[in-house]
Amino acid sequence: MSTIAIPNETLTRTGIAATLPAPAPLADADRKPLTKKETAADHPTWCPGCGDFSVLALYYKLIEKRKMLHENICTVAGIGCSSRFPYFVQAHGAHFIHGRALAFASGVSLSRPDLHVFVFGGDGDAFSIGGNHFTHTARKNIKMTYVVMDNFVYGLTKKQTSPTSPIGFKSKTDVGGSTDRPVNPMKQAICAGATFVGRSTATNVNHLLGLMDAAMSHDGFSFIEVLSECVEFFPGAFDAAIPRKGGTFPEIPAEHDVTDEYAAYKLCDEPWPGMFGTFFKVNRPTKNANEAKLITDARAKFAGVPDWQILQKNFDRMK
Amino acid sequence: MSDITATAAQQGSPKTSTIAESVIRIAGNSQDGIQAIGGFLARLAGRSEQDVMTFMTIPSTISGGPSIFQVRIGSGEVLSAGDEADVLLCFYDHSYANHISSLKRGGIVLYDSDHVKPNDELLGTYHHIGVAISSLTVEAIGGTGRDKGKNIYALGLIARMFDLNVPKLTKLIEERFGGKDPSIVKNALDCFNGGYGHQIQGLIESFKFEHAVHSGAAQVVMSGNEALAFGIIAAGVRFGAGYPITPWSEVMELLRRELPKYGGTFMQTEDEIAAVSMAIGASYGGRVAVTGSSGPGISLKTEAIGWAVMAEMPLVIIDVQRGGPSTGMPTNQEQSDLNIACFGGHGDSPRVVLAPSSVEDCFYTAIEAVNIARKFSTPVFILSDQAIATRIEAFPCPDLQNICQDISPDFTPVADHKPYDLTAADGITRHIAPGTRVASGKYPVATGLEHDELGHPTGSGKLHMQMNAKRRNKLRKLASEIPVPKIYGATEGHVLLVGWGSSKGPIEEAVKLGRSQGEAVSGLHIKYINPLPENLENLFSGFTHVVVCEINDEGLYGHGQLASILRARYCDPRIKSVTKTDGLPWKVKEILNRALALTK
Repeated sequence: MSTIAIPNETLTRTGIAATLPAPAPLADADRKPLTKKETAADHPTWCPGCGDFSVLALYYKLIEKRKMLHENICTVAGIGCSSRFPYFVQAHGAHFIHGRALAFASGVSLSRPDLHVFVFGGDGDAFSIGGNHFTHTARKNIKMTYVVMDNFVYGLTKKQTSPTSPIGFKSKTDVGGSTDRPVNPMKQAICAGATFVGRSTATNVNHLLGLMDAAMSHDGFSFIEVLSECVEFFPGAFDAAIPRKGGTFPEIPAEHDVTDEYAAYKLCDEPWPGMFGTFFKVNRPTKNANEAKLITDARAKFAGVPDWQILQKNFDRMK
Repeated sequence: MSDITATAAQQGSPKTSTIAESVIRIAGNSQDGIQAIGGFLARLAGRSEQDVMTFMTIPSTISGGPSIFQVRIGSGEVLSAGDEADVLLCFYDHSYANHISSLKRGGIVLYDSDHVKPNDELLGTYHHIGVAISSLTVEAIGGTGRDKGKNIYALGLIARMFDLNVPKLTKLIEERFGGKDPSIVKNALDCFNGGYGHQIQGLIESFKFEHAVHSGAAQVVMSGNEALAFGIIAAGVRFGAGYPITPWSEVMELLRRELPKYGGTFMQTEDEIAAVSMAIGASYGGRVAVTGSSGPGISLKTEAIGWAVMAEMPLVIIDVQRGGPSTGMPTNQEQSDLNIACFGGHGDSPRVVLAPSSVEDCFYTAIEAVNIARKFSTPVFILSDQAIATRIEAFPCPDLQNICQDISPDFTPVADHKPYDLTAADGITRHIAPGTRVASGKYPVATGLEHDELGHPTGSGKLHMQMNAKRRNKLRKLASEIPVPKIYGATEGHVLLVGWGSSKGPIEEAVKLGRSQGEAVSGLHIKYINPLPENLENLFSGFTHVVVCEINDEGLYGHGQLASILRARYCDPRIKSVTKTDGLPWKVKEILNRALALTK
């Protein structure tokens, strides 16, 4: 029989065990919370004034506030201006292909339940090329936090229509103005089955930090749409939501029942600039928990049995 | 098998001949359970230490349709499912009409006389035996008016004809149908005993297999898809993701069912792209993960595979090939994904491609693929195909205690880490998984952008060239480590038949046949497609002609996919090509005759 050419030698730092590592504690007694100095990596390549700067600054703040250990931070992104996040965060990170960040992050989340994965991206990544993954990651309730910096335009490729561009928006691909009905991200997320759905702006930093903090605490797929202005290709897009520019920041009233799907859905139809805050939040078993249960049940019969003997039982039946 | 002629004098009781091997073809409809008969025969052969190989066709219709199952059982080495059948069992007129020509002259056709009306003109060519299988089945199980179970009745007839081991078969039937409603086992055994006890009119000869001489090691019997999936588990992989597609689905179904026992999981995703992306995410998480598909799905995965090449992320991709392009011939065999496996995707993206040659090899290749992926931090393709995926073979039970691997992660803190270190030995990347502390506070990014040694983006043409060289050179290092294949037969001669993947058996049989006819023919099987092993040119040099036999099209320039690569690699005009795309595995005579005609 064929020999295995590559001997099963001990290889360092590749592969994980049959059993998943125990969740690491959030803080070590002798380690101080990370400051921006320690979590900032490459200087962002964004245009001066880009809304994404403040989202990045809030991510550093969140890391500090939650006393996250350096090695347990995992930042994932796809393609777009905002998807450059992993390079700007001094931590483990992956910059994946366009639209597939959620699928990649799902692989990390499901195989490494000890980590809390953050995914950052833009409207094209989330609602256009990655639309299918948005729907199914939400539906399966895979545990992670997804922050979409929505600027209503394709910025990296220099001003083409995005799936959230309003009707009439003039871009290089719609010189006479866009005619397609834009995606309503809040509706999309609630319909798909996301269990935490919130909305904020890059300019209201305290509001957004509170929302990111709550999203991180949520056990499930948490999604935040952040209106983040592209000063180069859609300047002034969100002025209506910025009080210092004469706009308003309508917050979801405290009496809103976040577990009421119909009430949440109605909030999504409020006139521009819409509502801000937590639209919807329910607890539903996560995919992570469902898979963990499958594993626990399956392993109950094999307590203390080494893997090779479990496989041997299968092979014995095929003799 | 000795010759049988229909004109032989009929005697009271059939004489018994001892045979070394036999090919039995069962033809019916896919819902008749003809695969079950074949499965029982294959498993029995496995338990009797005989060699066995099967071949089946499945209709690509939604439900039903003509289907065949061919079993070749031998007391010696069985390399292919056989060119011609010794015995044909057929349930319907269409089975008879379509498959009678696959029977060797003088062979036995056993037919259900309730449904089949034999062709009078063929009565002198084949030995015809009619049994009212459908009505006798109904009788055997107590006259419920349904002939469900006629496959087991027919198994009884075959058991009588070949003097098969009845206690072992009974045990197999009990194992298969046990655990359900006890009346099901009883019905099955009634059917079997009915068939076995039936006095077959006109049977002039019965057969007994020679005692098989084997090592005495217990054999396991499984399909190529099963062997791949179990190999993946043995290799220590604990995460996979896939999307259903024929003929790959069986692998993912098995992994979905089995992995939780080992603490792992397999995800059915929304699409092929999500499957490969999720698997890459899990690999990034620290353990090599698996994804797989068939042709159309592989096309969809190529962008993400390019990322895995760029980010140098270990990954195993199983491609169970079928007829292409596009939806093509979903239930037929073809070896036409070699190009996409080796070159699919944009940019220069070197990756590893392995092609198992048998069901047993599927098991070991899966482990090897995982280890190459780990050692060289690279995506590795396993190119299986429809025929190897569905065929059943017996092979010695692997030494699982020593083979099963624990590929646990290592989260030991490191002082500093550059995954894309240009000075690393042989240019091989080592990743650290999230959760690993880096004392310097400088953390790496896994990326699809061209990058520096830490994984941060670069626009430097110089770095791009250095990184391209790094990704290519590590596979050159692999090429120096993989074993050089051995020539089957003499090392010098007129024709060297070269094959890859599931063609190994038929090619070796063609070599045997050719040499028995005085032809100077040898064979060479290439398992490592990309990178190729070193020194192949030395092996070619002993032959006047090198004929590459592949189940794909000869293309614009007259050469199959592997032949084109070999010609480009060795610039050797002696390399020629024999190809076909009829959706069926090679026949031994087909290979030999076409190769000889080409090199006359």
